[in-house]
Amino acid sequence: MHFPPPAPSPPLAPTTLVALDGVGKRFASGTQALAGVDLRIGEGEFLAILGPSGCGKSTLLRLIAGLAEPSEGVIRRAAARQVGFVFQDPTLLPWSDAITNVRLPLRLAGFEREEQEARAAQALAAVGLAGFERAYPRELSGGMRMRVSLARALVTRPSLLLMDEPFAALDELTRHRLNDDLLGLAAGSGMTVVFVTHSVFESVYLASRIIVMAARPGRIAAEMPVDAPGENGAPRPPGFRTSAEYAGLCREATEALEWAMTQ
Amino acid sequence: MKVADAVAPGLVGLAVLGGWEALVRHYAVPAYVLPGPVAIWQALLADWPLLAGSLLVTLRIALLALALAVSLGGLLAVLFAQSRWVERAFFPYAVVLQVTPIVAIAPLILIWVDDVTVSLLICAWIVAFFPVLSNTVLGLNSADRNHVELFRLYGASRWQTLWLLRLPGALPFFLAGLRVAGGLALIGAVVAEFVAGAGGTGSGLAFRILEAGYQLKIPRMFAALALISAAGIAIFAVLSLVQHLLLRRWHESALKPEG
Ligand SMILES: Nc1ncnc2c1ncn2[C@@H]1O[C@H](COP(=O)(O)OP(=O)(O)OP(=O)(O)O)[C@@H](O)[C@H]1O
Ligand SMILES: [Mg+2]
Repeated sequence: MHFPPPAPSPPLAPTTLVALDGVGKRFASGTQALAGVDLRIGEGEFLAILGPSGCGKSTLLRLIAGLAEPSEGVIRRAAARQVGFVFQDPTLLPWSDAITNVRLPLRLAGFEREEQEARAAQALAAVGLAGFERAYPRELSGGMRMRVSLARALVTRPSLLLMDEPFAALDELTRHRLNDDLLGLAAGSGMTVVFVTHSVFESVYLASRIIVMAARPGRIAAEMPVDAPGENGAPRPPGFRTSAEYAGLCREATEALEWAMTQ
Repeated sequence: MKVADAVAPGLVGLAVLGGWEALVRHYAVPAYVLPGPVAIWQALLADWPLLAGSLLVTLRIALLALALAVSLGGLLAVLFAQSRWVERAFFPYAVVLQVTPIVAIAPLILIWVDDVTVSLLICAWIVAFFPVLSNTVLGLNSADRNHVELFRLYGASRWQTLWLLRLPGALPFFLAGLRVAGGLALIGAVVAEFVAGAGGTGSGLAFRILEAGYQLKIPRMFAALALISAAGIAIFAVLSLVQHLLLRRWHESALKPEG
């Protein structure tokens, strides 16, 4: 039997990194985790995916990363693309010290040992952990472990950084500090960030655009651009967290989320 | 802390030995029924050249069997971890080997294999390899799901995943199996010697026990028995130390509670 070759999918717009069209995901258990998701992720964007627990945020992120295949629809990706992924837990190898954990992606890609070490040390320094190269994960605090995990995602200099509620388990002050550091790192590198969170405040503080998801089946219910100073990944100006503008944006996002949950 | 930990069992041991010696003397128990610790100690000193030689023979068999168990058990475990199918097909036979009493297999092996040392080695290996195999298989299969995804995301090859993720993750399981296997290797060696020794071919500690029994040299029998126990304790202690040294930086089992 002969099948016709699949119709060539139209090329991506030059500034689009990932495009999802009519994407759905049904698990073997029968759960329809996602349905009809259309999404364009543009270069240099800081996209937050906001939604209640269980609405399919992690599933969507795993599809974008290529860790799972969609059961409906197509996902197209720009050719030259290096992905970094930060899991909800630090997922560090407990038997390796910080620098060995950070250089793992380079090691897997077959870089020279010296380059691995140099770039890993640089990445650790970038997340504020210079001097902790030889510390084992259990010797680090929760926030420091998350920084190591972030350094590991950054060490390949990804063009697309995917983060799945990375700071959810941290205390508020640590989270705020990591939010600012992340914005600084993103601005400096021009990379695209997709950041999953269930916190309205975190999504507004970080993102240049927010996707609000609704559950059963998981889908995009609303979209909200964040018009705030220092948008597109640049660090927020000091005092932004307490500004009336931030409060207004948070109210808007909260309303969008509440509306999505009634859908 | 370490010294204090050794004081209590040491005192108990001294009290038991003292009480034993006192009872034997008080009731004038003949040495061919139950020798006291002093008589056993004297026999140990007097027969030291003979017993030390036998100790070396038994230890050599046990340690060789352990080395074989580690290499073959570990290798088989890695093979099993490559495919569920291989594991399902072969694991039951490893279980059969494990549950069949070694005393029942040993005579057969002694008949089939001409070289006594080799047959002793095979017996000891059969008992020792299962804990290494089953623990290592379990360890290789318990890699964290997120870690596996991380490796997939960065395009790790099968070999890289095995070497950098599955093997290090299986290390604590393997070491726990190794500690059990160390004791079992000694037991296997001694049991096989007993079976072989009846034919008068062995020269290990079990053979000395049998021989001393025939000759009614009961203190020497106890001395040989004490040496077997001491060897077992030494193997266990060394393997525990290895386990501690390899895991102390990262694994929960080896962490000291914070003072
Ligand atoms: N491997 C799987 N097999 C079957 N069902 C799954 C699987 N992974 C996720 N699901 C289901 O898909 C739905 C979405 O899960 P997902 O983890 O994407 O939610 P989430 O938005 O990330 O939630 P949370 O905020 O709690 O992390 C849930 O109903 C979940 O039960
Ligand atoms: Mg999730």
